[in-house]
Amino acid sequence: MIDNIIKVITRYGNLFIEGIGVTLELAAIAVFFGAIVGALLALLRMAKIKPLQWIAAIYIEFIRGTPILLQLYLFYFMLPNWLPALELSKKACIAIALIVNSSAYVSEIFRSGIQAVDRGQTEAARSLGLNGFQTMTRIVLPQAIKNILPSLCNEFIMITKETSLASTFFIGDLMTQYKTISGALYLVIEPLIIVGVIYFVMTFSLSKLVALYERRLHKGD
Amino acid sequence: MTDKIKNEIMIETRGIHKSFGQLHVLRGIDEQIRRGEAVSIIGPSGGGKSTFLRCLNLLETPEKGQIIFEGTDITAKGVNVNIHRQKMGMVFQLFNIFPHKTVLENITLAPVLLGKKSKDEANAMAESLLKRVGLYDKISQHPNRLSGGQKQRLAIVRALAMEPDVMLFDEPTSALDPEMVGEVLQVIKDLVAEGMTTVIVTHEMGFCKEVSDRILFMDSGIIAEAGPPEQIFGDPQNPRTKEFLGKVLY
Repeated sequence: MIDNIIKVITRYGNLFIEGIGVTLELAAIAVFFGAIVGALLALLRMAKIKPLQWIAAIYIEFIRGTPILLQLYLFYFMLPNWLPALELSKKACIAIALIVNSSAYVSEIFRSGIQAVDRGQTEAARSLGLNGFQTMTRIVLPQAIKNILPSLCNEFIMITKETSLASTFFIGDLMTQYKTISGALYLVIEPLIIVGVIYFVMTFSLSKLVALYERRLHKGD
Repeated sequence: MTDKIKNEIMIETRGIHKSFGQLHVLRGIDEQIRRGEAVSIIGPSGGGKSTFLRCLNLLETPEKGQIIFEGTDITAKGVNVNIHRQKMGMVFQLFNIFPHKTVLENITLAPVLLGKKSKDEANAMAESLLKRVGLYDKISQHPNRLSGGQKQRLAIVRALAMEPDVMLFDEPTSALDPEMVGEVLQVIKDLVAEGMTTVIVTHEMGFCKEVSDRILFMDSGIIAEAGPPEQIFGDPQNPRTKEFLGKVLY
């Protein structure tokens, strides 16, 4: 077994590296654009106009209430039909699905991070004559960031793992490489162990980084 | 009435009503506060003291009634309340200092951002204000290092930096350790002596007896009795006032 593992690594090491690249790329795209869309959703969710709140709430609840695999299928099959002009690649469809999925979670991270800032901060700022926008950008958001960033990093870790579902569509992520290699070598367990260790090392070191960062953030408190 | 009180009415409230859900907190408040006057609001908890104070700068929006501040009805539609709030400083029970800003930035943020002062002017003013309240040595610190009393003095200075016409105090000493109450009250006392118009919600009976020109006793959402300290503490007209003051120590 050890022999086989070493053999697989020496023969297919580059494929694993490629897979790591695609996995991290997808996760980064999903969280980065998910954060942008999520911020807009959070704004809608906290807007004073009720129908805007509802639209955001329905979107968020629907995305969070259905399996991510289902969403991947939906976008993979439907997006080329909806937007034929864009001639989307398989990977682009998957990336969009991941963005949509992560935006719903990220928007809740933003919302709870903002709402966790003491109301008194807003009241103090408004009593000085700052308008709503100035209060949000100068007083509330700089404090909310402390709550938001660690959760955002955790979302990145979650998405890193969830990209493995995209291997259903063979788009070159780490799990796709597993399928390729195990198919070529008729070996099931050994490549699985390797891929498992890689996922673990990636997420574990990321979460350690987050913890370190979090400690630095709260040093000032 | 001392001569520091002008005839000009600074804040007038007309028939203010405010409810939180089923709870009718303010039941029609008509009141006039003159320029230079030091007004204290006392009364039992839940009587509407804080809500009334918070209505004055529209942190709470009354459902009914008007608030006229320096001749403008700030409850009217289309009025930019932010402009008027710049003229009404407020100090909160829990200080509400901005924890992500230094002591200096807490003071200069609003005047600079709102274009009242250049950065240099604001810094100079902050320095002299901090000297006045004995916090100059903390100028570049983060406020998490400050004690409660120091935070509250900073909060007062932060409000003063906008050069307000009136200062609203919402139980400024209720969250303080007993030995820190004095230092905060002294700052307020000095302000009153300088002729600043002040409205203070407080449970410090001795203090309000000493500094107030007029005391409002609020109970069950109305001003049950209003008058100079000699009347309220010496010869209360309303049995509720008598009962309340009989229960509190001062």
